[in-house]
Order: sequence, then structure tokens, then C-alpha cells
Amino acid sequence: METLEKVLTPEEQFQARIDADVRIEPKDWMPDAYRKTLIRQISQHAHSELVGMLPEGNWITRAPSLKRKSILLAKVQDEAGHGLYLYSAAETLGTTRDQMLADLHSGKAKYSSIFNYPTLSWADMGCVGWLVDGAAILNQVPLCRTSYGPYARAMVRVCKEESFHQRQGFEVMQTLCEGAPVQKEMAQEALNRWWWPTLMMFGPKDADSPNTAQSMNWRIKRFTNDELRQKFVDMMVPQAEFLGLTVPDPAVKWNEERQAYDFGEVNWDEFWAVVKGNGLCNHERLQARVQAHEDGAWVREAANAHAAKRAAREAVAA
Amino acid sequence: MNQSEWPLWEVFIRSKQGLDHKHVGSLHAADATMAVQNARDVYTRRLEGVSIWVVESKHIHASNPDDSEAFFDPAADKVYRHPTFYEVPDSIKHM
Repeated sequence: METLEKVLTPEEQFQARIDADVRIEPKDWMPDAYRKTLIRQISQHAHSELVGMLPEGNWITRAPSLKRKSILLAKVQDEAGHGLYLYSAAETLGTTRDQMLADLHSGKAKYSSIFNYPTLSWADMGCVGWLVDGAAILNQVPLCRTSYGPYARAMVRVCKEESFHQRQGFEVMQTLCEGAPVQKEMAQEALNRWWWPTLMMFGPKDADSPNTAQSMNWRIKRFTNDELRQKFVDMMVPQAEFLGLTVPDPAVKWNEERQAYDFGEVNWDEFWAVVKGNGLCNHERLQARVQAHEDGAWVREAANAHAAKRAAREAVAA
Repeated sequence: MNQSEWPLWEVFIRSKQGLDHKHVGSLHAADATMAVQNARDVYTRRLEGVSIWVVESKHIHASNPDDSEAFFDPAADKVYRHPTFYEVPDSIKHM
């Protein structure tokens, strides 16, 4: 005899919860592939925050004023915090901090390719805040509603802090653009360097992004790469115009019919080359990260030894 | 060399006097003192709190989501526990 109600498989129950916008929490049942996708995405995201500190850290000692130095220090400290929120979220899925760091240091895990570009002038700091953090915010705001609870909560915190990053970057650009001609030129050159790599931050074209459909279905992702890239261009072209700068893409043109900007094709060969480790700074960034970790080993060991000693002393006293 | 990670701690923050401590996230630290200091640096950089609790994660015991129906459903059919279950005549005030 057939029952009227079909018994749902765990996968179907899971998908039904996702479809109803019910968040998934750490101890809930989830498909292995969902868990793996999240660990990969969240840890990559965390690694990007960590490696993202390096190009900015380079400029802390060279910031043009005490105010800018304080701001940059606060921003770099925020990036460390964002990395930590995200590592913690990934750990709720069963991976460990040690494992994730080992994967980053061995080159197995990826981080955002944008950090494999050099920051040559102070105006690059402006572009990193204005463009790179602007792109990051577009990626991150929808992630505040992503289906995995701890990831979504981490992103809420990240987004709250990230908006100052973008504004301070815009302010750096605006100050340069209102300064001497040579300063404005510096701003334009930085924009020329950063525009295309920033567009690449949204990832490959939808047609070349095989994981997108599944991630959208699981509501990990809420918009496709191309949708976000378009939004970014629409947001940034008027801001560049306000600054009196020119976006380095002759194809950028307002399309009245689409109510959006047309723009040129990203150099995908360059994109894949940088992803595969052949960008200008891949080697340097990874080396700096590994060295920071190794140089900190004695601190981690000493803290452990100190904690063990204190615990032993307390045990005797008790 | 000691390869083991620092233990994991859950962080709870009271955002202002009069409110309860709320879970905000977790972090690794060698001991409780360091956990409180790290929590200050990570979770209260913008005056988000006036008090911090940390609890080593291994000490937290949780209900099992697989049992949540059996565990929580008994409360579902007891509407008489809510004031709206009772009808009060219009002329009765202050109830």
C-alpha cells in the first residue's frame, strides 16, 4: 500500500528548509557537498582578509599623516578581526584553524587574487579602500543572508565595519583629486592599475563558473558573478566621474535601454594566470604570510607553556 | 614543538548596563585571561560592550537538533499559557 505523503529524504528536507529561508546551524544535518563548499568558500574568504593585510601593512610606516596612519592601522586591525570571524565560522563546520592555515601556507587554498597586485603609491591605498573594499562590500552584503547561520552572522559584523574602509579610501582619492595636478595624476594612475583587477574580484563569467548554480540553489550565493560585476560598474562609474577621473575602459557607456553601463571584456587570461599563482606578488605574499606564522611560533608555544604552568599551579592550590 | 591549537572559547558580550550578555562569536586563546583580552580586541573595537564573558567551548552542552521535535513540540499545544487565550469583557479595565 502506498502512503499518500511521500517520505522526504534528508536531502529533500534540507532543501525544503533552504527554500523556506530557514538558516542552517552547525549541528543540523547537511549534505557533505554543502559542508565542503562552505568550508572552501569561508576559508578562502578568511585567507583573503589575512593576506589583504599585507599590501596595506606595507604603507603603515609611509602614510602621509598621523591621521592617515591611525586610520590605516585601524583598517588593518579590522581585516585581522574579519579573518578571525570567518575562521571561527568555518570551524563550526568541523575543520580546524591549523588545517586551514596549513592549506593557505602550502598554496592549496586560494585567496582573493586582488592581493597579488602591488600597491605602488599612496593613491593605491585609496583605490584599495574605494574600489577593492567597494567590490568586497557588494559581494558581502548579500552574504549577510546566506543560508549558513554562522557565516551570515560573521558577515553582518564584517559589513558593519567594512563601510568605513570604503569611505576612507574614497576620501583618500578625493583629497588627491582636489590636490596638485601631480597628485591627481597619481590618483588616475592608481585607478588605471586597479580598475580591471577589481572587476576580476567577482570571479569568472557565469558561463565559466560551474559552482554558481549549486551555490545559488543552496542560497550560499544570492547573486551571480556577472550580476555583481554589473552592479559594481554601475556604482563606480559615476563615483569616478565625481572625482574627475576616467575609468580605463573605452567601452564604458551608459545604456539607456538596459539602464546600466556597458563595459569591456575583462582580460581572462590574466585572471586565470593570477589565480594559478603567476601574478606579480603571489610568491611574495605567501612568503610573507608563512614567515609571519613561523616567526610567531615561539609566541604561541610560550602562551601554551604559560597557561599549562598556571593551570598546574592552580591544581596544586586547590 | 607543541603543534596543538589554543583551545576554542565562546564569547558573550553585554552591550550596555541593564542588558544581558549575548553570544557574539568565538576565538582561540591559551587561557581565560588571554581569551578575555582577545575578545576585547576582536569584538569591542567600536564600543560594542561594557562586559565580556568567555567560556571554553568544550564546556557548552547543547540540545540535539535531531531531537528538536520531541524536545520542543510539547509546548506547541498549550495555548492557555498565553494571556491572549483568555477573553476579557470589554468593560473590564486594567487586566
